[in-house]
Amino acid sequence: MNATSLPRHDVRLENVMKQFGPWVAVNNISLTINGGEFFSLLGPSGCGKSTTLSMIGGFETPNSGGIYLGGEDVSRLPPYKRDVNTVFQSYALFPHLDIFENVAFGLRRKGLPKAEIQNRTHEMLNLVDLTNFAKRKPGQLSGGQQQRVALARALVNRPKLLLLDEPLGALDLKLRKQMQFELKRIQNEIGITFLFVTHDQEEAMAMSDRLAVMSRGQIEQVGTPAEVYDHPATEFVASFLGASNLIPGEVTARDDDITSVKLEDGAMVKLPSTALKIYGKSVKIGVRPEKFQIITGTETPEPGWNEIEAISGVSVYLGVSHQYVMTSRSGRQLSVYEQNSGRDSPLAPGTTVRLAWNPAHTFAVAYDPTKADGE
Amino acid sequence: MSSVTTLPATKAYSPSRVGERLLSFFTWAMIAYNMLPIAVMVVFSFNTAPNGHVALKWLGFTLDSYKHAFAIQDLTGALGNSLEVAAGSALISVILGTPLALALARYKFWGKTLTDIVIFADIAAPAVVVGASLLALFLTLNLPRGLLTIFIAHVAFNVAFAVVVIRARVSGLDRALDRAAADLGATPWVAFWTVVFPLILPGIIGAWLLCFMLSIDDLIITTFVAGQTLTFPLWVYGATKIGTPPQVFVLSTFVFIGGVLLALANAALSRKRESA
Repeated sequence: MNATSLPRHDVRLENVMKQFGPWVAVNNISLTINGGEFFSLLGPSGCGKSTTLSMIGGFETPNSGGIYLGGEDVSRLPPYKRDVNTVFQSYALFPHLDIFENVAFGLRRKGLPKAEIQNRTHEMLNLVDLTNFAKRKPGQLSGGQQQRVALARALVNRPKLLLLDEPLGALDLKLRKQMQFELKRIQNEIGITFLFVTHDQEEAMAMSDRLAVMSRGQIEQVGTPAEVYDHPATEFVASFLGASNLIPGEVTARDDDITSVKLEDGAMVKLPSTALKIYGKSVKIGVRPEKFQIITGTETPEPGWNEIEAISGVSVYLGVSHQYVMTSRSGRQLSVYEQNSGRDSPLAPGTTVRLAWNPAHTFAVAYDPTKADGE
Repeated sequence: MSSVTTLPATKAYSPSRVGERLLSFFTWAMIAYNMLPIAVMVVFSFNTAPNGHVALKWLGFTLDSYKHAFAIQDLTGALGNSLEVAAGSALISVILGTPLALALARYKFWGKTLTDIVIFADIAAPAVVVGASLLALFLTLNLPRGLLTIFIAHVAFNVAFAVVVIRARVSGLDRALDRAAADLGATPWVAFWTVVFPLILPGIIGAWLLCFMLSIDDLIITTFVAGQTLTFPLWVYGATKIGTPPQVFVLSTFVFIGGVLLALANAALSRKRESA
């Protein structure tokens, strides 16, 4: 099979809405997934990501809106008429069929000639490295092997889109890492569009070309892992993807290049205006813990960097870094990671330091000071 | 010396030998209690039977009764009727029971609770009541009593048991398997025959066996609806008043062995299906 020659199909969701009684599971979302892309839906449980996947797979029907697969409206087609295959969270392998028959199941439903079924099934078993297990039953395989069977069973049909519903959740950490690479490799090799659903932000970042962060039935942000991590659009995204320090402040000046913000503790910081996509006066300035540089005594930061004062607290040694909990002048807790390359011994608790960071590493999210400060 | 180290710390956790033996004794005693009457019957089927009646004393080993196992035409005919009714009514019962079990185990629908109650009532109702009411029904419908009415009556009480047994199997089935089948292009009809049916088949066979046994066994309900037709239990019950011919023991032994073989085959089959 010349994998790269397979046509690639995009997926479009237009104003899709799904309600279960009074509960709005998916609230009017629109999304485009490019052909051949590894795309992730990321969010906490109950955010609507699995319902979205179910609607694309055909197991749920949207109350309104349309789902387009390669331009064709499939929103009302039953699952067995959609060119979409799914890797289920529980794998859902057929326990009464051997591995070969599990993988061949979809091809048999299409009524393909026997020889082609043989060839394609063996080819796929080969791709997932399970050729020697063809005659075994699913119950005789380990979790990782079952996972690969589930993947092969879906991919052998050459779907326009592959849905993966938290498929790595049941594996232990080491196997999960291994499967992440495996999935990436297979996706590169065959070029089918992958839609991956997970609540694990690290997994989503590691594997996706692009990802969408969902919360409460809505999409908070869509972008590459780097875009979403470095410039989260909302406070939810900032705190869901990795750790971040958010400090309330007010915009004091703004021109085409630079915006100045006065933080709650009085410090003035600058950030590129392009990073500020909101127009209110009140904002929260965000800095990732690893972007801080700790400055003590008479050391000076790089010219042009932002700077605030803080008092160091307890620290945790993690090998690659020291992680500090510090307190800003206004009493706000700050998380600071320092690479394990400079200081010999950690800062003593109570030391007054300055935290400096590059303005380019600053992001800003909307802030409504009249509301309670939800952390 | 510390007293802590001298404590036999593992004692509390080691399984009790006595308890284990007691349990195993209890199990075997239970099996013996259940099997003893059958064993007596099998043994006495080899007893010499003077004047064509079973004796309750051991008079000497013989295979005569087996040589003439089918000598009593009425009895053989009655057994034939019983086998026919048992096999047929069990089959109809599982055919009706499987979709019922699927519906009850998987879906919510109007009248589900009522159906549950009816099934429970069908099992719980005394046989005398079921028999009398069925007779009343057949008389009202002016249906001539015979093999057909026996058949209908047996299906009526077997369906409930079939539903209960098959439903247990359906409940253990992962719904994701249906989704997976649909996802891979199987219509609901195809998904049923390729995935659901093979997986609940042991339950269906088990249900068939249970229905078969309940049917071949039934005396009370059959008495009401049989008319002039005789089944095996009816013939035997009638014969006990005038003396039981040894053929009753012989044929009963056949029925028992047949049942055991079917049960063993089912167990072996489901073991093979699950492991190999």
